[in-house]
Amino acid sequence: MKRIGILLAGLVFLMAACRATPEGPKVLTVMTHDSFAVSESVVAFFETENNVDVQFLEVGDTGTAVNKAALSKGNPLADVFYGVDNTFLSRALEEDIFEAYRSPVLEEIDPVFILDHSYRALPVDFGDVCLNYQISYFVENDLPAPDSLEDLIHPDYKDLLTVQNPATSSPGLAFLMTTVGYYGEDGYLGYWEELVANGVNIVNDWETAYYSAFSQAGGTDPIVVSYGSSPPFEVLFAEEPLDDAPTAAVTSPGTCFRQIEFVGILNGTSNRELAEKWVDYMLSPAFQEDIPLNMYVFPVNDNAVLEETFQKYLEVPEITADISPDMIAGNREKWINDWTETVLR
Amino acid sequence: MKTSSRLLKSSNLLLWILPLVFLGIFFFFPLAKITQLSFARAEGGFLAGLWNALNTPTVRKVVGFTFKQAFLSTILTLAVGLPGAYLFGKFQFRGKKILRALTGVPFVMPTLVVAAGFYALLGPNGWVNEILMRIFQLETPPIQFVNSFAAILTAHVFYNTTIILRIVGDYWSRLDPRMEQAARVLGANRWKTLREITLPLLLPAIAASSLLVFIFDFTSFGVVLVLGGPLFSTLEVEIYYQTISLFNLPLAATLSLLQIGFTLILTIAYTSLIGRINQPVELSSREKSQQPLISTRSKILAGLMIVFLLVFLISPLASLGLKSFSGSGLGSPPTLSFYRALGENPRESLFYVPPTTALGVSLGYGLITVVLALALGLPAAWALAKKNLTLMDKILDPVLMLPLGTSAVTLGLGFLVALDTPPLDLRTSPLLVPIAHTLVAFPFVVRSLTPALASIQPKLRQAAAVLGASPRRITREIDLPLIGRAMLVAATFAFTISIGEFGASSLITRPEYPTVPIVIYRLLSRPGALNYGQAMALSTILMITTLVGMLIMEFFRVGDVGEF
Repeated sequence: MKRIGILLAGLVFLMAACRATPEGPKVLTVMTHDSFAVSESVVAFFETENNVDVQFLEVGDTGTAVNKAALSKGNPLADVFYGVDNTFLSRALEEDIFEAYRSPVLEEIDPVFILDHSYRALPVDFGDVCLNYQISYFVENDLPAPDSLEDLIHPDYKDLLTVQNPATSSPGLAFLMTTVGYYGEDGYLGYWEELVANGVNIVNDWETAYYSAFSQAGGTDPIVVSYGSSPPFEVLFAEEPLDDAPTAAVTSPGTCFRQIEFVGILNGTSNRELAEKWVDYMLSPAFQEDIPLNMYVFPVNDNAVLEETFQKYLEVPEITADISPDMIAGNREKWINDWTETVLR
Repeated sequence: MKTSSRLLKSSNLLLWILPLVFLGIFFFFPLAKITQLSFARAEGGFLAGLWNALNTPTVRKVVGFTFKQAFLSTILTLAVGLPGAYLFGKFQFRGKKILRALTGVPFVMPTLVVAAGFYALLGPNGWVNEILMRIFQLETPPIQFVNSFAAILTAHVFYNTTIILRIVGDYWSRLDPRMEQAARVLGANRWKTLREITLPLLLPAIAASSLLVFIFDFTSFGVVLVLGGPLFSTLEVEIYYQTISLFNLPLAATLSLLQIGFTLILTIAYTSLIGRINQPVELSSREKSQQPLISTRSKILAGLMIVFLLVFLISPLASLGLKSFSGSGLGSPPTLSFYRALGENPRESLFYVPPTTALGVSLGYGLITVVLALALGLPAAWALAKKNLTLMDKILDPVLMLPLGTSAVTLGLGFLVALDTPPLDLRTSPLLVPIAHTLVAFPFVVRSLTPALASIQPKLRQAAAVLGASPRRITREIDLPLIGRAMLVAATFAFTISIGEFGASSLITRPEYPTVPIVIYRLLSRPGALNYGQAMALSTILMITTLVGMLIMEFFRVGDVGEF
């Protein structure tokens, strides 16, 4: 019994020791998805400036992170949540996980990115889901590179395309919504029937599509659904330095879907003041310029300057699929179900 | 006499306290809380939800498929595992330890990595298809492996054969060969001996390992998703989709409870079966039960089996190893550039960790899991190994298996909503990871230990008691040495489960301290040949570390026992 008593006393002491940090810097906790990354110096700058210790929590993929924020509402895991995108924005707003904050830095941001006019979710970055193709395949086979969604159902492009299942993959869902935006709710299923007839290959996840099915990595299909930013990353993360990107993205009007990611202050935080400062910081050029090389997406702040590789190899589509977060929230299940019925049965 | 039987009962209660408190806090409480919260979001509650769900054709199809693939996978795993267990259990041959360690490596590999290995071998552009196309002058690849039912079955056998090999193989090696010899002397032929003597004696181990394999396949997620492709869906996949993609928590909770219910029914069936067949058998030393391969026939058969195991279990992994050294383009010289890149952090990312740190984190979690799972599993197995089970034992036995049958997504959200108030605000604690691993490892530990404990002859314990040994001394000097080998099997399982686990580890990570599988997934989720190459390199490091770990366990014998 005595031993247990000592053990308990020790535990209590340990717990007290963990919590009692009255003199040290304050802690700001940022909850995010598992693709989050940032440079050490960028965070260190904020920490010294505000005498704060910033801790990050990765809580799963985007959908999982939003669910966790919703389920811990009122007793939040963190002070700030970064990473909800426009395909999950309605869920986040409906579940009321954020407190409103109209950051002054929003002035520097193109208003097209501001989708929530109650200022609970503020835009941080964007990335486009676009068709990618292996350039050499089309040169060698004397075939023009694909340039539109129509090309994909042309017999010349039979058996060349891999896409992801919209039920299990976020780029897959993005591509489905691209077709909804392009052909309309009445026409997209007909388009998919033709894609199936033209031998579209469907896999469940981006990793398998890009690294196993795409011919650039040793697969058989020279066209794949990926990101507009993938070609510059093929240069930046080539095994040996490259002069030219081996792949390219199709960016014709309406062929890409834009994913925008947002940050917000979690409802019930006890650190509101610091949280506001962090949000301001994420929207400011110092943080924004760090985003592309760490997270493969692009800043929304007009004053953020892109690195040279991106200026050279990145193609940003002018016009992307026009689907609002409310439409996505209202139709996600129906579109996926109808797609499943048409394509997989 | 009366006092002693009451004492026995209360000591049984004591045995159960630790496991039950642990399960109560980290399993039942979170599960109850998330279920309650989910149903609060819908009208009607569980029964109405269940009725609606079962009346949906999609759900019925998913349930049917989940059973079908788990059943076939288990049969196939037994078909591969039992001959292997025979080889490992009954024979001594050179390289046996290395072979056994190798067969355990698949168990820890992340699904995406294994899928990449299968693609490299059997994909449309894989080596096998390339060779066949060249030999037979074919236009299209003859083998359609990826996105097929066969791929799911193959991957399940690939992952789980080691479970049969270890549990049955270990048990087989302790069977007294004299029974079989007696049968042979009395004129039974080889098959009759196998059918009427050996198999019945092995049944407890076969049943225990099959149950584990079945539940693993039944709750399969990654394999079905990545190798099966979009045409196939198990309950676990459907729960993930309903929870994450659609946020339909009531339906997700219904499906989760359905999955748990099936697990419970299966385990109850198993328990009642095992209650009839578990009996003390004469244990013998391995020296007596294992023989060298002497006859040409046995040498050839063993050789074939070894080659098969190597080709089947090792070649997908070896193809990854090759990829980690090969540059872009065919025929380019082997390179170490991917391994070098693992040690570099050119973007000065805050979350960059060198591979050694990730390995350290993985090994640390692994060790905590081993200690926790053994500390909880040993008393539970002890209680279950008694000849006369009390009602409480019979009820608790199936309950122990439930964490294995529970959806990782559901349990993850359960942790979040249940463990949220001090002193149990563990939501952001790194301890949650080994705790989640322990929940999975715990049933393995119990299943590996129970047959060994149950087989201890009461005679030995009685003799010791008559000679004046205290119960504690009997435990220390009879029971513990006798189950040393089974403890090792249990510890190996706990360790490998923890090292390879991904779902629970990714629930909540402090990005500064990722496990190896998490770093591999991070690398794989980025475009660029260098990132992919690094993922292959780190996977190779994971394989080699696991192999070394298993070899150390092979050689490290806690008073190997039976040798008396």
